[in-house]
Amino acid sequence: MDLYEYQAKDLFAAHGVPVLPGRTVETADDAAAVAAELGTAVVVKAQVKTGGRGKAGGVKLAETADEAKEKAGAILGMDIKGHTVHRVLVTTASDISEEYYFSFLLDRSNRTFLAMCSAEGGMEIEQLAVERPDALARIPVDAIAGVDKAKAAEIVAAGKIPAAVAGEAADVIVKLWETFVSEDATLVEVNPLVRDPQDKVIALDGKVTLDENADFRHPDHAGLVDERTENALEAKAKAKGLNYVKLDDGQVGIIGNGAGLVMSTLDVVAYAGEKHGGVKPANFLDIGGGASAQVMADGLDVILGDPDVKSVFVNVFGGITACDAVANGIVEALKILGDAATKPLVVRLDGNNVVEGRRILDEANHPLVTQVDTMDNAADKAAELAAAGA
Amino acid sequence: MSIFLNENSKVIVQGITGGEGTKHATKMLAAGTNIVGGVNARKAGTTVGIGGKDITVFGTVEEAIKETGADVSVAFVPPKFTKDAVIEAIDAEIPLLVIITEGVPVHDSAYFWAHAVAKGNKTRIIGPNCPGIISPGKSNAGIIPADIAGPGRIGLVSKSGTLTYQMMYELREIGFSTAIGIGGDPIIGTTHIDALEAFEADPETAAIVMIGEIGGDAEERAAAFIAANVSKPVVGYVAGFTAPEGKTMGHAGAIVSGSAGTAQAKKEALEAAGVKVGKTPSETADLMREIIAGL
Repeated sequence: MDLYEYQAKDLFAAHGVPVLPGRTVETADDAAAVAAELGTAVVVKAQVKTGGRGKAGGVKLAETADEAKEKAGAILGMDIKGHTVHRVLVTTASDISEEYYFSFLLDRSNRTFLAMCSAEGGMEIEQLAVERPDALARIPVDAIAGVDKAKAAEIVAAGKIPAAVAGEAADVIVKLWETFVSEDATLVEVNPLVRDPQDKVIALDGKVTLDENADFRHPDHAGLVDERTENALEAKAKAKGLNYVKLDDGQVGIIGNGAGLVMSTLDVVAYAGEKHGGVKPANFLDIGGGASAQVMADGLDVILGDPDVKSVFVNVFGGITACDAVANGIVEALKILGDAATKPLVVRLDGNNVVEGRRILDEANHPLVTQVDTMDNAADKAAELAAAGA
Repeated sequence: MSIFLNENSKVIVQGITGGEGTKHATKMLAAGTNIVGGVNARKAGTTVGIGGKDITVFGTVEEAIKETGADVSVAFVPPKFTKDAVIEAIDAEIPLLVIITEGVPVHDSAYFWAHAVAKGNKTRIIGPNCPGIISPGKSNAGIIPADIAGPGRIGLVSKSGTLTYQMMYELREIGFSTAIGIGGDPIIGTTHIDALEAFEADPETAAIVMIGEIGGDAEERAAAFIAANVSKPVVGYVAGFTAPEGKTMGHAGAIVSGSAGTAQAKKEALEAAGVKVGKTPSETADLMREIIAGL
């Protein structure tokens, strides 16, 4: 789960990383109130989970409370790369002497963690990595040894952070490592990490991604989910424990078992769709190993509730999942949904107990269900039906 | 021959007394796997009846190895306890450890991998979040259904479980030396490259299918390895061409951020290494059939 800047900075503050005072608000009037309270010039920052906020006009300086109100009014409701701004962070404006870059992240290739550090922060790091790779230090971090003061000093030196603030920067990095480990983050990024005229090192921005697999040891992380900005269908699926992702501009609803097979199904449907006026997959939905009737009903309920969907493709390879259980699930789901089920279903079953599974669907003989025996042909049929229904 | 797992493998199951552990131990046994014991510290000394056989439950992996000569462990342990179970298996120096568990925190995986490295990599780890490994007709360590395909000349390595099954099904008339699902997590033990290297050295494997998916750069690295080290024909498939950027698709590893890790980039890297890449699983299977026919 990606966090907002203000959430990331709250975690930073909890672990002793220096951040500037500020508060998140949802109205222009509240922005003025926070600015007045802080009593300094402030920066009004759009809270959206995407980069390039500054360029899009989502970050503005305000000298007075009135100005903060005006700037917040302009930023709230703004669309930044498809993300609507519902909140702004109003924070003390800092005098900046220098801007650095710092992050901890996963290094999949080496199966360990990586610290990245540069004295040239502020700009987009992908750009720096391409244009001046030598300016971006990449230091592997052992997952067991972690980052102590000595390791942090090594990172700071490699990133060419000036000696005058090296000690302080190293302290901040140790605290960022504590944040990274104790919150089970897969990314902690500070860009920029700034040096102010008093040689204080402060996290001016923050980007944190949390590992949802570790939620069992972080009950408090549930409070970081922002339901308002979640897609309504995704929120509904999540409430039912389904692994669902809504895709833009699609017409074919997809249900399958196993993440790899479902991803592959999206591709096969997109290829088939090229022959049927460019129809596309409308979602990713992995029903996983044990596809009970209830799981199938929940999945179908979410997908049929998507107004974009014109046909549904159920693609199951029975490994652990038995095809007869899936077939029973489909039949039961259609019973549960009754008249709410209105869109054609193309079903492809293979693998464990396939003969019985196909027999169950044949016998049920539901008018909305068509069985097709290969993945390619089924994708083609689903695309054809979606094109006809569009 | 086969890779990593054969008819002489002696298999123990960590978490054999749990629902999943018992269920899959039964299936493995039915597939001919030589299951010599289970591990559960709280039920040491008891037995579990599976497939008409009483399997002894040991308190530790070390004890199980000492008593049975086990050289493979399959772990069906809940995510909370996986790190400890893996460290225990590494410390006992089991030669092969297959971690089926899905949902292991990545900090735990990074930790146990660092531990394995510190201990001199004496344990080959497959997974976590994987279906395991099968050498059809010989042994099955994990949850890959044994009846999809029999023994044959193809070696298969895949990130995804269900795509492993799908591809084995498509190519069931040829059969497999070994099929390995290496798992879709960001940090995994055995990689595509490890499997490719072993298949290259395995006289029973004539050709290799490699299945990847979006995220990371494992396929690109595998492509470079193939170009330099693999003489056997390799056919590839990559899932996730239509996946949007920045969205996680089930596998924690299957996320595209920015331009790196896209299916297109992986396909191009593989093709540049001389790998024939199918657009769909069925096309990939066709490419493999052509290769086998020409051998």
